[in-house]
Amino acid sequence: MMNNSELPGLYIHVPFCGGKCPYCDFYSVTTRSQMGQWLEALEREALLYRGRFSLFDSLYIGGGTPSLLGEETLSSLMEGLLRRFAFSSDAEFTIEGNPDDVIPDKAALFRDLGFNRISLGVQSFDDRELRLLQRRHSACQAERALDCLRRAGFDNVGIDLMYGLPGQTQSDWLRTLGRALEFEPAHLSCYELTISAGTPFARMREAGVFAPLEEEEGRALFLATAQYLADRGYIHYEVSNYAREKKSMCRHNRKYWNRTPYLGLGPSAHSFAQGERWWTVKSVSRYIDCLFKGRSPVEGRERLSPAQASLESLALGFRTKEGLDEALFHNRPRADKILKELCESGLVNRENGRILPTPKGFLVADSLPLLFY
Amino acid sequence: MSQIRNFSIIAHIDHGKSTLADRLIQHAGLVTEREFRDQILDTMDLERERGITIKSQTVTLPYTDKKGETFALNLIDTPGHVDFSYEVSRALASCEGVLLLVDASQGVQAQTLANLYMAMEHDLEIIPVINKIDLPSADIERTREQIETELGLDGEEAILCSAKEGIGIEDVLEAIVEHIPPPKAQKDAPLSALIFDASYDSFRGTIVSCRLFDGSLRPGDLIRFMSNKAVYKVDEVGVFRIQREPRPSLSAGEVGYIISGIKTVSDTSMGDTITLDTHPAPAPLPGFREVKSVVFSSIYPIASDDFQDLAEALEKYKLNDAALTYQKDTSAALGQGFRCGFLGLLHLEIVQQRLEREYGQTFIMTVPSVQYRFTLQDGGTVTVDNPQYYPDPAAIIGSAEPYIRANILIPERYMGAVMSLCMERRGINSQSTYPTPGRIEISLEMPLAEVIVDFYDRLKTVTQGYGSFDYALIEHRESDLVKLDILVNGEKVDALSLIVHKARAREWGVKVCERLKKEIPRHQFKIAIQGAIGGKIISRSTVAAFRKDVTAKCYGGDITRKRKLLEKQKKGKKRMKMVGSVMIPQKAFVAVLKSDDE
Repeated sequence: MMNNSELPGLYIHVPFCGGKCPYCDFYSVTTRSQMGQWLEALEREALLYRGRFSLFDSLYIGGGTPSLLGEETLSSLMEGLLRRFAFSSDAEFTIEGNPDDVIPDKAALFRDLGFNRISLGVQSFDDRELRLLQRRHSACQAERALDCLRRAGFDNVGIDLMYGLPGQTQSDWLRTLGRALEFEPAHLSCYELTISAGTPFARMREAGVFAPLEEEEGRALFLATAQYLADRGYIHYEVSNYAREKKSMCRHNRKYWNRTPYLGLGPSAHSFAQGERWWTVKSVSRYIDCLFKGRSPVEGRERLSPAQASLESLALGFRTKEGLDEALFHNRPRADKILKELCESGLVNRENGRILPTPKGFLVADSLPLLFY
Repeated sequence: MSQIRNFSIIAHIDHGKSTLADRLIQHAGLVTEREFRDQILDTMDLERERGITIKSQTVTLPYTDKKGETFALNLIDTPGHVDFSYEVSRALASCEGVLLLVDASQGVQAQTLANLYMAMEHDLEIIPVINKIDLPSADIERTREQIETELGLDGEEAILCSAKEGIGIEDVLEAIVEHIPPPKAQKDAPLSALIFDASYDSFRGTIVSCRLFDGSLRPGDLIRFMSNKAVYKVDEVGVFRIQREPRPSLSAGEVGYIISGIKTVSDTSMGDTITLDTHPAPAPLPGFREVKSVVFSSIYPIASDDFQDLAEALEKYKLNDAALTYQKDTSAALGQGFRCGFLGLLHLEIVQQRLEREYGQTFIMTVPSVQYRFTLQDGGTVTVDNPQYYPDPAAIIGSAEPYIRANILIPERYMGAVMSLCMERRGINSQSTYPTPGRIEISLEMPLAEVIVDFYDRLKTVTQGYGSFDYALIEHRESDLVKLDILVNGEKVDALSLIVHKARAREWGVKVCERLKKEIPRHQFKIAIQGAIGGKIISRSTVAAFRKDVTAKCYGGDITRKRKLLEKQKKGKKRMKMVGSVMIPQKAFVAVLKSDDE
């Protein structure tokens, strides 16, 4: 259930953005005044885990908008991390970037600092859609950023895209997807627009400015995406994630899904190790304040009971191509009958002692676990 | 003895019986104003919610009349529902008179009539009381007229009161003393006492409420129950003054209680006669009969591990409700449970709600059934109250179901709607009378099975609340019956089977399938719901599969939230029952018999 055979991953939350996108519910602030203190606090936080974590095989700088960090800050962050922690020789180093920040200098900096994977927040290749999403780049800029990364020698680039946008037709979406494929990205994340409570989009929905997708429309787009990318050789390895080949699956993100330990540093970051989950305060100021006063920035923690751990395994396992070990179902009542029905309905396949969800299965992944309770 | 008056209050539901009782108690000074709360006699929450008395209680009221004479007025409270008519009859048998309460805005209703007939059978003095005269909608003259014409009583003599406002209470008390005769009884004759109620006290065991007709009784006496010959030694006797008040003895004519180490109320029978073991009465008091269940339903714990809990809760509950019967039952779909027998649908609902509220049980209750009789080819007869035990259809040569005589009292304008409801429910031999202009009393015969399924709710709906209804069981009659099975994804759910009249089978099949379609949540797969008779499918509905619920993102920060949501849904699932791989909500099992508009 818990994957102990893999090394843990390290996540750094960069809580700064040039502006807030109206759909996003990740924690970030739009002022940069606290960047220096954040960095110092982060180094102090890293110290707290010296004994508990020593060797990682993935680093993921996410946010927020990590590409917003200047050369000095980013270098200092990386130097600090490398000083505190060891990384395996083949470690995956990912940084998230926005197309408007990725200029040749920045790409070269990423390269110099040891990053070998870039996740680029393109979202769309349609300028109308980009305006709607209030992104600070154009389709043209996105293409330039991708070229620039290629020229800097990055062969492991992931493109983040969104579908299910107001006014977007299926052919609009497939056009965006096609433009992305022209760059032969190693990785694609395709997210259906999710309207989260408290975001400007949520308020717009309440005001009736736009309606979320109907269940059937969302389903059709999802399946069309899965089919389109499968036809072009991509591996649909998680609900919203596709890899050009096995080795281009995101090593770091897979740790979340197969319950490999990870350490998250920075405000609102989550960590998981030894059956425990914990998370830090969701405020840069409080985060800095805690660490400067010598207190832990951890806001909450939970120790998982075996029952909770197995519920998580089911919930996460049904989201991945890798699926679940049949052994997980052995002691569950009626499991065999239910699995048989899920197979017959085309939601999962059974192969070599594993339960493997199909794209149709991914679509109902949130309710599959409950069938076994 | 000439200073004793034994009386009951009888009324249609909601005509103010409990409020009047409370006023009388308050007037007698048994509670202070501070202690006074609405409806003292109705102590169960459920009763207060429904505005009816379920468990009757008794109280002795001291009263000094206008001439300065002191009296003991024994108010014997009666349950206010047709399900408990036998209990009412035993309470009335303990009285010499009744207050017949009529709501000044509602006038005479079906139960007013039924109660009046019962009081007349017991030859009681009847004092008509018009209540709620303070209401703006009160029509005192019209109510007087109905009392004259529909009840055949003297409308002009009716006492006017408002129990709520405390108006006319003194008049009511004076009338009790003046018009209700004192008990006629012989103190020296052998003891004969009528049991009209029993309740359970966790410290003292069963508290028997009784009326002494002859003889007397004191602690230490050996008493004998004449129906089952059981003998007990009396620990304590006394009267009810809200609290129990011990007395050195009880004598002929009095109403009080006996405590004698009887473990459960089921060891006593309502209507039984108590006598002295050493000096028994020659014959029991008339009118005793065993209480019989007429409506049956099975209950199953939602989680099979909770079976023992449910068993214990039933056992405890039963201590206080002799009318409930139950035995172990097993369903292929729902596992181990109990088959329960009830006096009627209201009794069923009361038991259900009390087990849930007071005993914290969650369970599935199946569609109620009546008791059917089947004559088989081999000449034998079987009685079936559980569709699971419907005999092999090939072996059945005759079938019969219980019929009732219903009395329905309605304003004339609803005649058409009510008649079509009754015809739809297979009513026959209807007769109508016009007791007063504008009102109709319909008397007709109907299968009980048609009444236990939402008939009363429908009657209320079609008459906009003006219809009232009362019934009495008459007999079993030949009827063309079939068993309707319900299949969920091809699997027969025995707990949903019904025995229905052949002519209405299709209609039932469609109704149940449609209803279940509404109740069963969407699953990952399509769910077919089918109604079948024998092997033949007669109705079908489909619950479409839900097709998408996945959230797009699930990273480090989302996992705890996602798990917590699943934990919450898991809890909700506890109120569902798995049948095969289909989750059927607990309420679906009874919902099949509810009207569509609910």
